[in-house]
Amino acid sequence: MSRLPEGGRIDRSRPIRFTFNGHTYQGCAGDTLASALLANDVRIVARSVTYGRPRGVFSAGSEEPNALVQVGSETMLRATQVELDDGLEAASLNGKGRLTSEPETARFDKIYAHCEVLVVGGGPAGRSAAQSAAQTGDRVILMDEQPLLNSDSDGLPSNVRVLLRTTAFGLYDQNLVLAAERRADGGRLWQIRARQVVLATGAHERPLVFANNDRPGILLAGAVRTYLNRYGVAPGTRGVVFTNNDTTAPLASDLRSAGIAVAAIIDIRREQAIVDTDGDDDGLRAVTLAGGDRIECDLLCVSGGFNPTDHLYSQAQGKLRYDERFACFRPDGKLPNVTVLGAANGEFDFAIQPCWLVPGTNGDWSAHFVDLERDVTVADMQRAVNAGMRSIEHVKRFTTIGTGSDQGKTSGINEVGLVGALTGQPIGGVGTTTYRPPYVPVSFALMAGRNRGDLFDPIRLTSIQPWHVAHGAVFENVGQWKRPWYFPRHDEDMEGAVQRECRAARENVAIMDVSTLGKIDIQGPDAVEFLNRIYTNAFDTLKVGFGRYGLMCKADGMVFDDGVVMHLGPDHWLATTTTGGAAAVLDWMEEWLQTEWPELTVRLTSVTDHWSAVAVVGPQSRDVVHTLFPAIAVDTQSFPFMAIREGETGGIPVRLHRITFSGELAYELWTPSWYGLALWEAVMAAGQPLGITPYGTEAMHVLRAEKGYIICGQETDGTVTPQDLGMGWIVSKKKPFIGQRSHRRGDTRRADRKHLVGLLPVDGEQLLPEGAQLVLDENTSAAVTMIGHVTSSYRSATLGRTFALGMLQRGRERFGTTVYVPLNGHVVAATVTEPIFYDRENVRRDS
Amino acid sequence: MIAEAIRRGALADYAERFTTLYETAGSSVSIRELPFLAQLNLRVDAGDTAVMGQVTDYLGFSLPLTPNTASQAGDRRALWLGPDEWLIVGPDDQATSLEQALRGGLGGAVGSVVDVSANRTVLEIRGSKGHDLLAHGVPIDLDPGAFGPGCCAQTLLAKAQVIIERRDEAPAFQLYIRSSFASYVADWLLDAARAL
Repeated sequence: MSRLPEGGRIDRSRPIRFTFNGHTYQGCAGDTLASALLANDVRIVARSVTYGRPRGVFSAGSEEPNALVQVGSETMLRATQVELDDGLEAASLNGKGRLTSEPETARFDKIYAHCEVLVVGGGPAGRSAAQSAAQTGDRVILMDEQPLLNSDSDGLPSNVRVLLRTTAFGLYDQNLVLAAERRADGGRLWQIRARQVVLATGAHERPLVFANNDRPGILLAGAVRTYLNRYGVAPGTRGVVFTNNDTTAPLASDLRSAGIAVAAIIDIRREQAIVDTDGDDDGLRAVTLAGGDRIECDLLCVSGGFNPTDHLYSQAQGKLRYDERFACFRPDGKLPNVTVLGAANGEFDFAIQPCWLVPGTNGDWSAHFVDLERDVTVADMQRAVNAGMRSIEHVKRFTTIGTGSDQGKTSGINEVGLVGALTGQPIGGVGTTTYRPPYVPVSFALMAGRNRGDLFDPIRLTSIQPWHVAHGAVFENVGQWKRPWYFPRHDEDMEGAVQRECRAARENVAIMDVSTLGKIDIQGPDAVEFLNRIYTNAFDTLKVGFGRYGLMCKADGMVFDDGVVMHLGPDHWLATTTTGGAAAVLDWMEEWLQTEWPELTVRLTSVTDHWSAVAVVGPQSRDVVHTLFPAIAVDTQSFPFMAIREGETGGIPVRLHRITFSGELAYELWTPSWYGLALWEAVMAAGQPLGITPYGTEAMHVLRAEKGYIICGQETDGTVTPQDLGMGWIVSKKKPFIGQRSHRRGDTRRADRKHLVGLLPVDGEQLLPEGAQLVLDENTSAAVTMIGHVTSSYRSATLGRTFALGMLQRGRERFGTTVYVPLNGHVVAATVTEPIFYDRENVRRDS
Repeated sequence: MIAEAIRRGALADYAERFTTLYETAGSSVSIRELPFLAQLNLRVDAGDTAVMGQVTDYLGFSLPLTPNTASQAGDRRALWLGPDEWLIVGPDDQATSLEQALRGGLGGAVGSVVDVSANRTVLEIRGSKGHDLLAHGVPIDLDPGAFGPGCCAQTLLAKAQVIIERRDEAPAFQLYIRSSFASYVADWLLDAARAL
């Protein structure tokens, strides 16, 4: 054991058992995994990514390039930041992390916070900045990635919120700071908006670059002091110090106090150097000095200087300049509302003789490691420079230096110095690579937070959902909505259920929840003019109390959305949209009103969620509606197609519409959503003697396709005009509308455009796959030209066979001809028909 | 009374879960649905002083003109939603009378009045940890210093649009949530409450 008998900020009275690579060890409360491994004389923590070389703990913080571990499902963790916890099970990470296929059990949380001053870094500079900022009474957040502050936080005023174990990893526009908090049961992502950001992030020590400088037992000098003084651990028994600056001065006495022999202090400023190291499977055994002396040791403390930790400042576009005196890059100029303090600002007090490279003994540079995590050596950098790279960004991409999960925290400035040395450029002229968020690796689970499982995206439900669930509906996703797809009875399969539901709608009476339709209330004296411009067809002849189907195009003349528009009163209309298109249509309408047609006085209000809507469909639907609304005359003359009535049943206020999307006699009953379930149950009760059948979206699709009614987004894909669909009848020639001019373009008037057609497979049992391609040549062994595709395809109970809709070049000229559908390994023939299969005379809607 | 039996708040099924939360959270946070409030969306030109005056007369108080604030008198309130848009909120069963009053207030002038009472349900989040709970999903600053009594805002809670209002000094927020999103929001809040 290398645990010192006393000292450090650990609790020796609280031993903690943990496993590493399957072996059980014991540490103390307050240990990190790294300090506990050192205390247990575990020198090799991982193997390097390219060469598989043994590597040990190198640092004591988030800059760690070597000691990467996996803990449970969390990967790419730095052992120097993993707090020891009872039962911790950690494993070496040899280069790359492993994603687990097990479900995530940790809890990840996100939280927003706002403050006047955010101080990143709880060292002396940060703590004093927080203290003075708090005097005004402002909200102050002080954040540090360590589990405890160097000095006690008790003395801080109550308006300073201290966040420990929290690493700020991104500084974005308007001082949005993202930070990752490590928590016992997972993590928390902080999104903090701060009026002022104070960066007191300190500095990272950098190593020296010499041959075989990567062995376990070679640590940054500052890290050695941290292990000795904070964790009470001796990382070796016989130490050598290799330095080029005087920050290492206190180290020798710290080592000796811990009982570690100081074998040598090698100082570049005294023209001394270590030119090579020896080791075995357990790490460092000896160093070789310039001149050939060999010194046995198992600990080498290296310091090549310090780099201000300016990643966040640089992410926010702060400029850096090279400081000759301290051989480092430090902030140059100011960022608005960002202050950099202390070591992060290059406020140092030490003497240094820069050293970027210590030559070896044999001219070989392949074991001079610059980037330990990426296994990049001086030899790799020479290759980059010899290949013509001069820019630091090019060298980075050529060698992958600095692209590891540590983002080159310990290697970056040595890389700059080496590129300068190898290309003969001044270091300040080489500059640094661009620092990008995140400063430390951030797991996908943390970014996702609670947006997973059922909370991944909003699940929108109608008021009738409880009934659907209670009656065994199978659901499908339509946008964010969950809609009943079909309602299987007992062990009925989908096909059986859909056929039964379709038959009920055609022969009897059926009921569907259509609450998800988009609904936009339109008011204003210019509402008619507005509708005339938005839709391809005209609304100025539509009387109050009636609805009309409308189609809208984008400016390119392509079909965008459709729905029924109701004329509710003077200057008062209500437009319905497709379920998926509701938000896009409202945005589209608002855009035209606000940016192109400010002269129109029209107000739009979304009322999608206000209304629940129930479609009652089928030849017996009139009986059901009559039972519910005896006061409303329901004969065809009194309540004609597309008419609107107001009614009430059992205390439920209802607006009735004669609308059909199946071709059958049908009604849509609308009520404020809090009555939706009651209305549905009332209709079910009234229809029960008639065997009323609930149906879902699949039967709805079949029914509308039998009638050749399109679904925007299924028959259309943004390249289809109304004329392509054979819907020229709905395109006004008398008034302007969006898309009209595009209908006069040569391309939209081409004779060989694709037209909507019906397709009847010659084998009436053959169901064509939607999306299948249509060709003219039955022989598809050679390349054939695709002339169309299947857009919708179903099995029809009514037709007693399969049928499909499709888009086919010159389709309307091909009615009665045969096209072919190449499937996997065989070709199917289908007859082209008009896109209507049922009730061509439209008599059933008024039956 | 018939209406009471057949109307159903969007979160009627959550009452028990909300009670459980209150008990497990040591009464530091409570959630309850306030269903069936009368809500009218009013669009009118704020620069038309004659119309604004009439609306004031009919409502009994002036529409707020400061963005993201609410004004109120008696049991009616008006929330600023935009330069020409307000949400008028009143007690249950006042939707029709409010709609008529507002239409009267327009006096035939240009504007729109839409009954949106069932478009959104209202969730009240009350208690010392109510702010903490919302901070998990609401990006705006809800601190009393930034969002005090009489403040309202249209923002997001997680991925759902919400209007948030703080009515008075009490530690309570009213959230107006579109009915179809209500169960998502409730599930999300109950999950986030576990992190308190």
